[in-house]
Amino acid sequence: MSEIQITLEILRYDPEKDQEPHFQTYPVTCQDDWMVLDAMNHVKDHVDTTLSYRWSCHMAVCGSCGVMIDGAPKLACKAPVRDYADRTARIEPLANFPIERDLVVVMDDFMDKLKRVKPYIIRKEEKSIEDGEHRQSPAELKKFKQFTMCINCLCCYAACPQYALIPEFIGPAALTMAHRYNQDSRDQGQADRQDEVAKPEGAWDCSFAGECSEVCPKHVDPAGALQQLKIATTVQWYKGLIGMGGK
Amino acid sequence: MAYVRPVSKTTWYLAKRSYTVHMLQELTSLFVAIFALILLWGIGALAGGPEAYQRFLDGLTGPAMVTLLWVTTLVMCYHAIAWFSVTPKAMPIQHGEEFVPGSVIAGAHYAVWIVLSLIILFLAGVF
Amino acid sequence: MQQIKTDIAIVGAGGAGLRTAIAIAESHPDLKVALISKVYPMRSHTCAAEGGAAGVIKPDDSLDLHFNDTVGGGDWLSDQDVVEYFVNEAPKELLQLDHWGCPWSRESDGSVAVRPFGGMKIKRTWFAADKSGFHILHTLFQTSLKYPSIERFDEFFTIDLTVTDGHCRGFVAMEMKSGQMYRFDAKAVILATGGAGRMFPFSTNGAIKTGDGTAMAYRAGVPTKDMEFVQYHPTGLLSTGILLTEGCRGEGGVLRNKDGYRYLQDYGMGPETPLGETVLKTMELGPRDRLSQAFWHEQQKGNTIPTRWGDSVHLDMTHLGEKHIDERLPLVRDLSITYAGVDPVKSPVPIRPVVHYMMGGIHTNIDAETTMPGLYAVGETACASLNGANRLGSNSLTELLVFGKRAAANAIAYVRGDQSAFDYSGVQKQADKIESKVRELLQRSGGTESIAGIRKEMADSLENGAGIYRTEETLQQTCDKLSELRRRYLGIELNDKSNVFNTDLYQALELGNLLELAQTVAEGALARRESRGSHQRLDHVARDDDKFLKHTLAYYQGDEAPRIDYHDVVITRSPPGVRDYSGEAK
Repeated sequence: MSEIQITLEILRYDPEKDQEPHFQTYPVTCQDDWMVLDAMNHVKDHVDTTLSYRWSCHMAVCGSCGVMIDGAPKLACKAPVRDYADRTARIEPLANFPIERDLVVVMDDFMDKLKRVKPYIIRKEEKSIEDGEHRQSPAELKKFKQFTMCINCLCCYAACPQYALIPEFIGPAALTMAHRYNQDSRDQGQADRQDEVAKPEGAWDCSFAGECSEVCPKHVDPAGALQQLKIATTVQWYKGLIGMGGK
Repeated sequence: MAYVRPVSKTTWYLAKRSYTVHMLQELTSLFVAIFALILLWGIGALAGGPEAYQRFLDGLTGPAMVTLLWVTTLVMCYHAIAWFSVTPKAMPIQHGEEFVPGSVIAGAHYAVWIVLSLIILFLAGVF
Repeated sequence: MQQIKTDIAIVGAGGAGLRTAIAIAESHPDLKVALISKVYPMRSHTCAAEGGAAGVIKPDDSLDLHFNDTVGGGDWLSDQDVVEYFVNEAPKELLQLDHWGCPWSRESDGSVAVRPFGGMKIKRTWFAADKSGFHILHTLFQTSLKYPSIERFDEFFTIDLTVTDGHCRGFVAMEMKSGQMYRFDAKAVILATGGAGRMFPFSTNGAIKTGDGTAMAYRAGVPTKDMEFVQYHPTGLLSTGILLTEGCRGEGGVLRNKDGYRYLQDYGMGPETPLGETVLKTMELGPRDRLSQAFWHEQQKGNTIPTRWGDSVHLDMTHLGEKHIDERLPLVRDLSITYAGVDPVKSPVPIRPVVHYMMGGIHTNIDAETTMPGLYAVGETACASLNGANRLGSNSLTELLVFGKRAAANAIAYVRGDQSAFDYSGVQKQADKIESKVRELLQRSGGTESIAGIRKEMADSLENGAGIYRTEETLQQTCDKLSELRRRYLGIELNDKSNVFNTDLYQALELGNLLELAQTVAEGALARRESRGSHQRLDHVARDDDKFLKHTLAYYQGDEAPRIDYHDVVITRSPPGVRDYSGEAK
């Protein structure tokens, strides 16, 4: 078994003890196939059990373990230690969120914003179960499928310069969810989402920096979704003007 | 109490190379504005008669002005190229289950740009 | 201590918890629903399920076939009234998910597609690429946001139930961001906290699968059922245990030993089917217990492929083609490349059986009721029993939906009953005791044990003694070890004394839960002197319907090992038969 040496420089913060966050350094001997999360678990299990962070699935699908590694937002379970061999990796909580404790950030803002965009199927008339499934062709599914892949890891929010500067900005993942439902052939709720999405802090605070899509571990392309949303929102606005809003 | 890490409103774009590049790209719109102003000036001059128009043409000479015109032209080309490369993200075209490749959409934009430019140059008597 | 009063409290916000909450909110928006979870709902382990959810939908299928596949797959330990209800309701629940926006994969005519799955005679597994659990979870979570009557308590760690006069009154939970204790008073409590696979060293399970709800009910006097039945999923990645869905085999992937030979045909699942053409219910589409057991035998014979992380066999999907894999198994491809360094399009992937699912759980009936009035349980945390001695893949995602809805209906009827029965005097005394338990753990000093150390010893002991094949001797060793570990657990001192997101504390509480439940697994296995489904004894190789066509109940005995008892299986129309997964089976 080959081994790799790395040093984790982790930002610590306990509001009951610390005025400010501070770094703590842990050298770790890793197996060469470890991810950074494995190294963190090693530290927690055997070196410093006070280290707190979120994690669960270790397969990049639950979205818990988002952290900044050397200033880049990543999933700790998908960052190989090989990339940091024989050097120091700086681990910090996801940027642009308040720090609750160590690497745990306060996610309330995102949870509120997600709810505001109404991320669920809205129908004028519900279809009954007896009528079977909505027919949706593979092409119709393809239209929005990519946007369903979001695991809510918040790496995009950590990368987004607009969210850093404008806390009211609804943000990449939440707006992508609005677009995902707008594009779903089973949905009839685009007009219901319009108010929230067409606000300045909705799609329009996006300056298309594209950082979100760069860092997204699931290749959702929120930047693309947001530009598409800008166009769709504009079309919807014109429709509203001529009384075809559909509300 | 949760700890909020401060973000500088004045120097944030220096923190990361891609942020700096993004802001420089945004600044190219300044040159789009400059070009628009020059164009408006020219249109106004045209409306003002042959002497006014000649004054406009004289105004476009001199090393400072020519430098500005060249820089504006080059930056606008860069702006157009950057714009075309991301346009496919904003307007995906679905053909059955496949999406039209981004290069085709961008390519169509370049094609239209070139054709329109050739038409205008022809009308301007360049050839 | 803060106090929250609600009508129905649901602990666990995965597929089962969310479905239950939605069912209550939809039918009775006047009832207050509190939905409590130690993680944000999107992190629930439902997200990791890949393959799909079973429900009869195609014209060549029938409810009888689904019923028979499930009962046979469970080696006749399933309660047949439960299975009957389940297969009936399954299609409606899956259609409901479509109406809520679940991105089911489709046929070209726009109808939902189904794929073959292990142990099923006809293909009936609805799927959303190979991220079915993820999409189901997100669909349910996002849909739940519609209902104002559902109040969520995200990142609240539930410690223990409050019980007076034998009735469940609620529970005490800790707000993780502040350490603040909350007393939840509820007319009904529904536990949906998932399984406890983390008691084993290798599993497909995420960190959060520590059986907290099951352990709480167990400590409160409700028996667990059939805990010894632990499912090993045949195809997990080595080293990490990450799941590669059964759908890989449904799409035509095959298993090969070191000689490239498709060895399953030697274990009653032949004859060998042509490459890329699956024949349902045979070869690689046999049931999970049989496939995992075949691996063990191949390992004994020296036919497995050694790797630096242990023995393996190959899951070969190279004949499926890149296009097919990218469309039907994109996550599997990504996982193999990221975590095993192998591209399944080009090479076979080394895999081995890993712990995946617990058929056992809190003893419930068909109505999701436990033996304690006011307490219900749904999903992997419960044992209804739908899955018997071995679960068929893609039945559990549907189970969450079907029984989530049923639990909701029953809890609603209960809370609308005689209101004088809901008496909370005496609860504060209980709540104070629960708080003291946590304070004691936080303040303990002079510790001699580490959480990671005890956890490893527990896990290794279970894998060695209560793994795929068990004997009296190995099980007894494990039982003894677990008793010892429960004593040594009291010697854990927490280094982290903070009130704010103290994961040292939560891991200690989770370990306590796992140790208690591990005893129900090992003791139940020791007492069951037969082989059935996923419980295989080298010293009792045959199934013994005379003595053991019964469910194992385990009752909490404090510091002592659990008391084992038995409970009849509901047999309606399928008397115990032979499980035949060979190509000759009719």
